[in-house]
Amino acid sequence: MLIMRATAEAEAAFAESNLPFEEVMEAMGRFTEEMLQAGVLIAAEGLDPDPATGLVVDYSSQPPVVTDGPYGETKELFGGYWIVDVASLEEAAEWAKRAPLAGPGMKSEIRRITSIDEFPQDNPWIQKERAWREATGQL
Amino acid sequence: MTTPSGPGGEGRRAVEAVWRIESARIVGALARYTGDFTLAEDLAQEAFAEALVAWPRDGVPASPAGWLLTVGRRRAIDGFRRRAARDERYAALGRDLVSRTSAADDGDLDLLADPGRIDDDLLSLVFIACHPTLSPESQVALTLRTVGGLTSDEIARAFLVPTATVQARITRAKKTLAAARVAFVVPAPEERRERLRAVLGVVYVIFTEGSSATSGDAWIRADLAREAIRMARVLARLVPDDAEVHGLLALLELTAARFPARTTATGAPVLLEDQDRRRWDHRAIQRGLATLARAETVGRGLGAYGLQAAIAACHARAASVAETDWDRVVLLYEALGRIAPSAVVELNRAVAVSMASGPAAALPLVDELAARGAFAGSHLLPGVRGELLRRMGRTEDARAELELALGLCRNESERVVLAAKLAAL
Repeated sequence: MLIMRATAEAEAAFAESNLPFEEVMEAMGRFTEEMLQAGVLIAAEGLDPDPATGLVVDYSSQPPVVTDGPYGETKELFGGYWIVDVASLEEAAEWAKRAPLAGPGMKSEIRRITSIDEFPQDNPWIQKERAWREATGQL
Repeated sequence: MTTPSGPGGEGRRAVEAVWRIESARIVGALARYTGDFTLAEDLAQEAFAEALVAWPRDGVPASPAGWLLTVGRRRAIDGFRRRAARDERYAALGRDLVSRTSAADDGDLDLLADPGRIDDDLLSLVFIACHPTLSPESQVALTLRTVGGLTSDEIARAFLVPTATVQARITRAKKTLAAARVAFVVPAPEERRERLRAVLGVVYVIFTEGSSATSGDAWIRADLAREAIRMARVLARLVPDDAEVHGLLALLELTAARFPARTTATGAPVLLEDQDRRRWDHRAIQRGLATLARAETVGRGLGAYGLQAAIAACHARAASVAETDWDRVVLLYEALGRIAPSAVVELNRAVAVSMASGPAAALPLVDELAARGAFAGSHLLPGVRGELLRRMGRTEDARAELELALGLCRNESERVVLAAKLAAL
């Protein structure tokens, strides 16, 4: 999974840059197209960067404190993701490098998606999760 | 490619990652540029070799594709210049290339910039790698190399043959293509459909080789299977109006979805009826079912791959062997037998009939195949016949058949399964 990350400053800089919407769409579209073309793209979603549509729950104290989001203490926004099916971590990194994201504070994080098979199967909660995934067509 | 180790190993892996992503576009763009597929393939390989030296030392360039293309083009011009001394015809070509280069210094990226042309380049590459003048082995090797970006070492490892054999196949294939003067173009529409069948066949062969090894004890070579799926996805993007492309992709996704459950932790094979279906890759199943739906929408009726995908979908949708819609599976095998008749399809249909209507209904079908001499010398028919007899309670007859099958079977993993069946009688 390639996770788009950006600091609040990076998001603000992006908003101020007033890049034409068409240009942003084209850059992202091209990137998506390229990954589809290479047969590696499985899924992708963008997340709404508007602070009014998100919340942050902070567990530093109990009970947890809910504040306006989406920025947390780290001042980083999880902006969206791509799920790719590639042969190696290096190949995932190579795709991430091609994402049309630029500027100080813009980051991509690469994570391997785990499978429920990797957890102890005799654990009752894993079994419950299986049942839930089966019922919702996710497994 | 050997496993990278020591200093430069990381740089090397980065180069290999870039190569996997870019090689098809580079070869395609160079082929369009020089008009010569064979030359383009050599130039791309040379550019890659240069990158292996330069990138670990200087870092990966900002535009890896542009870098590789520039080096490839420079090598092309050097080559034409060298030959120009001997051959006036090449001199003319060389001059043409030089003037085109100096006219547009940034022309390298332009070669890659137009998505429409890249689509055509990729498709041309696929059609050339699967050209009918080539032997099936060469088609497979060349496809994996030019479209999949695999090295000769990787292809050799995947097919359990020496690297020299793969290199010889590729060299021979390129000579054949050069001798036949194969042009670097997408075939004409009327020829295209026919050629696409060969292309799908090559991808299917790559997948089957990866999913059930014909020799040795490896039950699944997942890397090869995954490479075939990736190429099928590429094809589905390039030729979205062909039902069989989607049918093949659906078949591969649905088949590969079972891989996690096909072996035990120690690598022993697990038969469909014994597989823990919760371990199937359900994301892959969803992709497969969606792609199958696409195949049904695009075409007028499913083709051979689409029908096999529909059969795989019956298994994927069922919670157990008992709950499988076997009547539908029988119907699908009958349809498959009509458009792609083969003894394997008939044997599979007999198995489906045994599940839908009982072993007694299936036995005559198997006996008829045996009477026709189908599967002579193969363990498949006695294996199925033994299983039917076992289910009918004819234990002694079953034992004889399964022993016969065991004697004929050469795949180590399948032998384990047969031996277990015999022991359980």
